[in-house]
Amino acid sequence: MSIIVNKDTKVIVQGLTGKTGTFHTEQALAYYGTQMVAGVHPKKGGTHWTGNVDGKEVQVPIYASVKEAMDATGANASVVYVPPAGAGAAIIEAIDAGVPFISCITEGIPVADMVKVKARLEKSDSRLLGPNCPGIMTPDECKIGIMPGSIFKKGSVGIVSRSGTLTYEAVFQTTQEGLGQTTAVGIGGDPVKGTEFIDVLDLFLDDPETESIIMIGEIGGSAEEEASEWLKEQAAKGRKKPVVGFIAGRTAPPGRTMGHAGAVISGGKGGAEDKIAAMEDAGIRVSPSPASLGKTLVDLLNGK
Amino acid sequence: MNIHEYQAKALLKEFGAPVAEGVAIFSADEAAAAADKLGGPLWVVKSQIHAGGRGKGKFKEEAAGEKGGVRLAFSKEEVTEFATQMLGSTLVTAQTGEAGKQVNRLYIEDGADIERELYLSLLVDRTCGRVAFVASTEGGMDIEQVAEETPEKILTLPINPDNGVTAEAAGQLCDALKLDGAAREDGLKLFPILYKAFVEKDMSLLEINPLIVMKDGHLRVLDAKVSFDGNALFRHDDVMALRDKTEEDEKEIEASKHDLAYVALDGNIGCMVNGAGLAMATMDIIKLYGAEPANFLDVGGGATTEKVTSAFKIITSDPNVEGILVNIFGGIMRCDVIAQGVLEAVNEVGLKVPLVVRLEGTKVEEGKKIINDSDLNVIPADDLNDAAQKIVAAVKGA
Repeated sequence: MSIIVNKDTKVIVQGLTGKTGTFHTEQALAYYGTQMVAGVHPKKGGTHWTGNVDGKEVQVPIYASVKEAMDATGANASVVYVPPAGAGAAIIEAIDAGVPFISCITEGIPVADMVKVKARLEKSDSRLLGPNCPGIMTPDECKIGIMPGSIFKKGSVGIVSRSGTLTYEAVFQTTQEGLGQTTAVGIGGDPVKGTEFIDVLDLFLDDPETESIIMIGEIGGSAEEEASEWLKEQAAKGRKKPVVGFIAGRTAPPGRTMGHAGAVISGGKGGAEDKIAAMEDAGIRVSPSPASLGKTLVDLLNGK
Repeated sequence: MNIHEYQAKALLKEFGAPVAEGVAIFSADEAAAAADKLGGPLWVVKSQIHAGGRGKGKFKEEAAGEKGGVRLAFSKEEVTEFATQMLGSTLVTAQTGEAGKQVNRLYIEDGADIERELYLSLLVDRTCGRVAFVASTEGGMDIEQVAEETPEKILTLPINPDNGVTAEAAGQLCDALKLDGAAREDGLKLFPILYKAFVEKDMSLLEINPLIVMKDGHLRVLDAKVSFDGNALFRHDDVMALRDKTEEDEKEIEASKHDLAYVALDGNIGCMVNGAGLAMATMDIIKLYGAEPANFLDVGGGATTEKVTSAFKIITSDPNVEGILVNIFGGIMRCDVIAQGVLEAVNEVGLKVPLVVRLEGTKVEEGKKIINDSDLNVIPADDLNDAAQKIVAAVKGA
């Protein structure tokens, strides 16, 4: 099993015709034949996108709207590569078309646009992942977004992370340790986003094949504290799996934004030490270094 | 992006918020005319720097006098005297660090008779994904301290973007601030104005501390701090025009030209990383091995060779840098692009310090080949741990 995406997931690409969309759609098609079924472009409806997959030409039909693409292909997911200025509107189009799962990779969307998206999302049944996230991957089945497929291995660890590249570290290290992954989910570093830690943790706790979890947070906000508290409550009800945690930004100076709009400590709130304390209090084993995520999990599983 | 108090007030005035009359000056020659224009009998001379705690701050130079960065003047002569003392002097506040900041601009404002000081701000509340008001009767103080000691005195009120500031929400804010009479009427008008300004101008923070009730019973914005969402600046040329580059680090300005997220730090290991989380984690692991990072630098997702070259140049322009760690885990970022960028930068500016490169992920083989085929003196690393240990050892051995 896996969470959210699997071999039956059919994906629409919003922003397929751009350079980034093209590159990553080719990669997705090459990855165990992820079903990239349609592209959307308001002016290029009725045409085809042509990509190169393993040296062969592959075509994907382009539709003028997400709704048309859904109707024509039976897609149940979309991925957004649209540039920042138009990405908020693209997500809203997907919500309005009733796409069940939307993943937005775009980095740099104005926060005000995401406030509008969030309000629309709350009134819908869609699930949004991101923005400013690497997407989601279920090894050997489905690759949505920009995670490098070569580092994955089918296995037993569920990975959820606020940071894109640290997701890769966790995947890489669990592969090296031979554990592999069920699904890896990058929730993204923006302050206003769709899916939060708790949403993903809930799914991992339910998934029978996910035997352990790695959760990677960073400074800023209080999502890690809330997720830790939630895990503690669930454990009290007997819903429990081994969890390894990590918080990036222990050494970041306060008051400065560290790249992600979300990563800023202000007034002593959202600092790494508070988050680590909250994780430890919830029974999460916190990895001392970003390079020892895999090893820390192996130790935890071996009762060390 | 931050702006000065006088710019923030001018902006809020455009939207109809009650602010005092004031004049911004850049040289002491302009002080007398500003004082004349405002009329008096009370003037406030306020240092304009991008840091808080100005009133309680102290100038480094003796000639600037004992008083702080915000001064009350009771005559026109005093306005000029203060302006002469303060302009060009270095103000040290709780937020500037020991080095302080040079005061290049002053804001001369009409004085106000203060009855009560309140706190009001707007920000994006990430827990609910909405713009929220934060209101407290404890104005003029550090709001974090109020939150710590008397959280019951703070109201946080998220606004539904579909409805804006409703009459009910405005009423709740008035109650939280204990406003009545003329002040309550002012408040009911002011809250929607501030919300409109916040949303229309894509602000990330609008803080009024204090908002005052004057002796005549009306409200006035006495201080204003505004920051804008950097991601939305592309649609606000008017806001971009308010940028004061003298307030920013030169390397950070150069980085922002190339759309790089760069923050200067105090250590000696320059870092070039993709992704904010990995960049922070790289800083953390350098520290774990007993050294200090010279910077935070996230080259971002869609970096080109030119962008990587610029990033490398910015890192090498920092005289404190004694070693460089390039740590790339390619997803959207391709390792071959990084490798090519590093190569071109070194060819252009040379390499005088040890360089450790760790590449993993998308197009890693191509990237490693580019580095290996070059005659570049690079220390290759297999993983993050290896990379951090190697650069720390190289710098300590140097």
